[in-house]
Amino acid sequence: MLYREAGDFKTSYEADSQTFPIAFDRYRIWVVLAFAYLVVPFVINDYWANAILVPFLIYAIAAIGLNILTGYCGQVSLGTGGFMAVGAYASYKLMTAFPDVSIVIHIILAGGITAVVGAVFGLPSLRIKGFYLAVATLAAQFFLVWLFNKVAWFYNYSASGQINAPERTVLGIAVTGPNTEAWAQYLISLVFVTACAIIARNLTRGSLGRTWMSIRDMDIAAEIIGVNPLKAKLTAFAVSSFFIGISGALFFTVYLGAVEVGEAFGIQKSFLVLFMIIIGGLGSIFGSFAGAAFLVFLPVVLKVIGVDLLGWPTDLVAHFQLVIVGALIMFFLIKEPHGLAQIWRLIKEKLRLWPFPY
Amino acid sequence: MKDMLTPYVTEDGRQIGEVLMDMHNITLRFGGVEAIKDISFNIQEGEIRAIIGPNGAGKSSMLNVISGFYNPQEGEVWFRGAKRPPMKPYQVARLGIARTFQNIALFEGMSVLDNVMTGRLNHMDASLFSQALWRGRAEREETENREAVEKVIDFLEIQAIRKTPVGRLPYGLKKRVELARALAAEPKLLLLDEPMAGMNVEEKEDMSRFILDVNDEFGTTIALIEHDMGVVMDLSDRVIVMDYGRKIGDGTPDEVRNNQEVIDAYLGVSHD
Amino acid sequence: MSSDFLYGIEVIINGLMAGVLYALVALGFVLIFKASGIFNYAQGVMALFAALTLVGIMEGDVPFSYLINAIFGTEIYNFGWTVPVLLAIALTLVVMVIFAWAVQQFVFRHLVGQEPIILFMATIGLAYFLEGVGDLMWGSDIKTLALGLPQGGSRWVEDMTVGLGGDDFYGFFIDKLDMVATVVAIVLVAGLILFAQYTKQGRAMRAVADDHQAALSVGISLNFIWVLVWSLAGLVALVAGVMWGAKSGVQFSLSLIALKALPVLMLGGFTSIPGAIVGGLIIGVGEKLFEFLIGPMVGGATENWFAYVLALLFLVFRPQGLFGEKIIERV
Repeated sequence: MLYREAGDFKTSYEADSQTFPIAFDRYRIWVVLAFAYLVVPFVINDYWANAILVPFLIYAIAAIGLNILTGYCGQVSLGTGGFMAVGAYASYKLMTAFPDVSIVIHIILAGGITAVVGAVFGLPSLRIKGFYLAVATLAAQFFLVWLFNKVAWFYNYSASGQINAPERTVLGIAVTGPNTEAWAQYLISLVFVTACAIIARNLTRGSLGRTWMSIRDMDIAAEIIGVNPLKAKLTAFAVSSFFIGISGALFFTVYLGAVEVGEAFGIQKSFLVLFMIIIGGLGSIFGSFAGAAFLVFLPVVLKVIGVDLLGWPTDLVAHFQLVIVGALIMFFLIKEPHGLAQIWRLIKEKLRLWPFPY
Repeated sequence: MKDMLTPYVTEDGRQIGEVLMDMHNITLRFGGVEAIKDISFNIQEGEIRAIIGPNGAGKSSMLNVISGFYNPQEGEVWFRGAKRPPMKPYQVARLGIARTFQNIALFEGMSVLDNVMTGRLNHMDASLFSQALWRGRAEREETENREAVEKVIDFLEIQAIRKTPVGRLPYGLKKRVELARALAAEPKLLLLDEPMAGMNVEEKEDMSRFILDVNDEFGTTIALIEHDMGVVMDLSDRVIVMDYGRKIGDGTPDEVRNNQEVIDAYLGVSHD
Repeated sequence: MSSDFLYGIEVIINGLMAGVLYALVALGFVLIFKASGIFNYAQGVMALFAALTLVGIMEGDVPFSYLINAIFGTEIYNFGWTVPVLLAIALTLVVMVIFAWAVQQFVFRHLVGQEPIILFMATIGLAYFLEGVGDLMWGSDIKTLALGLPQGGSRWVEDMTVGLGGDDFYGFFIDKLDMVATVVAIVLVAGLILFAQYTKQGRAMRAVADDHQAALSVGISLNFIWVLVWSLAGLVALVAGVMWGAKSGVQFSLSLIALKALPVLMLGGFTSIPGAIVGGLIIGVGEKLFEFLIGPMVGGATENWFAYVLALLFLVFRPQGLFGEKIIERV
């Protein structure tokens, strides 16, 4: 009744292809954005920022990136951790080499560098498909982690092998380094997420998005009707890596501040982001957000229940987290392979008809 | 066999023009098997050319050679008066050749509208940045191509299902959507691989009407593989008959119908 | 012969032995993939779990003791008995069969007909799940697997070969444990091949691997075959887990070794038993040789990634692997 399309006729093609065709949705997203930009920065505290919101936002960017490659274009990649590392190290080298340039520029450039690296590692996708490609991306993952470990130039020859984000400010406000306040970390991540989400949405609803999906659905037919598979796949790898690189750069500079490549960007990271897009929903921008939220909130919720409420030791809770995440993955795949996004879509469909049953 | 290589006008007023596609001595081998043995034929602009023959004759392979999916070991393909070098399928599509497939090759994860829009890919070249910002070229192109696609959707009467995911459609409608996708490309040459397969009488009539309309209204040259003899005889201007990879007949439907070799092939008289 | 050359031979021998173990793990993958089209990422964690269970049973540990203690505030850790090795192995095998049945019943029966990528993701979920359960059951600290297997370099081999080189060559250093592992692996591989070729169940398994519908139509129970296949994979996992666990202790990193099987499969093709063997040997030798020859120049630890790059290069030129079925795409 409240949530409906009846009577809401589109009178132009532009209106028909907008992102939120239902009026209620449009208002909803403005409300959410207003809340996110105008309310949260004033009430946020360190714990919420560090444990929940900032990682959620940053992983959302990575999830959007991987979703473009795997969900829209159908190229399975297990190299996400490695590409995040590229973004992180690229931003580190840039920040230390050009300390006067704004960190925002550095992060965007880091994304660009990751895009190039991603395109290069995407070349095998022209010959290799499906599983084989997934395993081939592992080559990228392991090689990149090894590279950033072994080649001292990347970490400026520091003895520990760790990289530390130098203090930087945006518009005079610290965003990295020990003096950064929670709301600043949150806001800069939010700005990047908003921009990335808009760009991703625009790309996926246009001809590029259709090109990618055609490759995913039937790449031979796609080629016969005029899609250049080389260009399309490499573009997918490049765009996807751009987002993932930005996510990695933010992860290092704004979120963690210091990073050791094996721990932060190992294969566990690749799986984590992959789980986010599976649970959230392949081929859906909303799904990327949903999946990221789910997998960031879940460990926190479990920890609160396990450690704070039940008084269990933390490693026991950590084991439980594995069990529950694993079980949930299998559960989602059995019950709803299209993820939370599909569940959301079904809810909305029911709401459209409410109060009628069908 | 009448040699109609010069432009003429048919009984019902359609213009048939110069030779559009010319196959010279095509031989196609898979390992030791010769799927196509030294076949030559041509297709004139504006005509409807049927390719018929018993199963396994090599008809689909011939269509695949025309659309660039297979490159023949011997022979040349001439398109619009120029020799066509071996090229990738997507480059062939850019030349203006579109096709449908025997076993439907639609993009099942996308809606009907999106599927048909993929047919317009060769007409859209807004840059990556323009698309990312959805300003300027990208937005305009999207709307322009949407208009072109809506014309095709109207033409094939599939307006009601434009937002339906293709995977949910019944077989007959899927075939029509595939045709829409091919038409959206505004091709010079349209290749139809068994467009009537699996259809009932009504659906066949609808599809035949659409095929004739496409040829009539847009002047699109059509080459089709078809098993239904009635359809072939009614629709086509000229027919080529294949059997075991060889050409055994080439001419108007009447000429071919009375060709003894063709009759033998279909009735299964044993060869030596 | 120069001692450098001899060291090179030693590296190759060690590589071959590592290769046999890789092949064994890869076999576990091939079995499941051939019969069900599922690429079982959890194979490595299965090896870890099997080894953990074996140690737990042998030492008389109470399963889930950590959890029980946390909930009930008790202090139970051990039953107080020890179980002899062979009995413990048999019991562990029973556990693995139960696991195979449970996995088929609760997970993969519901995913029949799904796309390969979904199945693959499910096995990743399974891997996480099993890892957590393993930790909960037996704890996540490193365990030593005391099987009474011979350890250390073989003096016999050293003495036999010391004469081959000059004064500064001390004979080949071949670990006795590695030799035992190689022998066991060869026996197991041969056993599996014989089983597949000559027994009724083996033939049924191959039928299912070929065509599910056809196998159903001749009365083969898909469920039974899948449980069988997962049990065999569990057996392979147990052996691999034991061999590696005896060498480096039973800990989480054991599950990562199975990740190594992936390049083996890429090389050998996912559906070929001989491919798994040849691929394993090539990767085993290749990685050790590369590290020996090039490793010192780039700072070492190339074994982390070399196998993948090698397999990747192979795949680019031959997408179906050495022995895999050629993927013919039709329109």
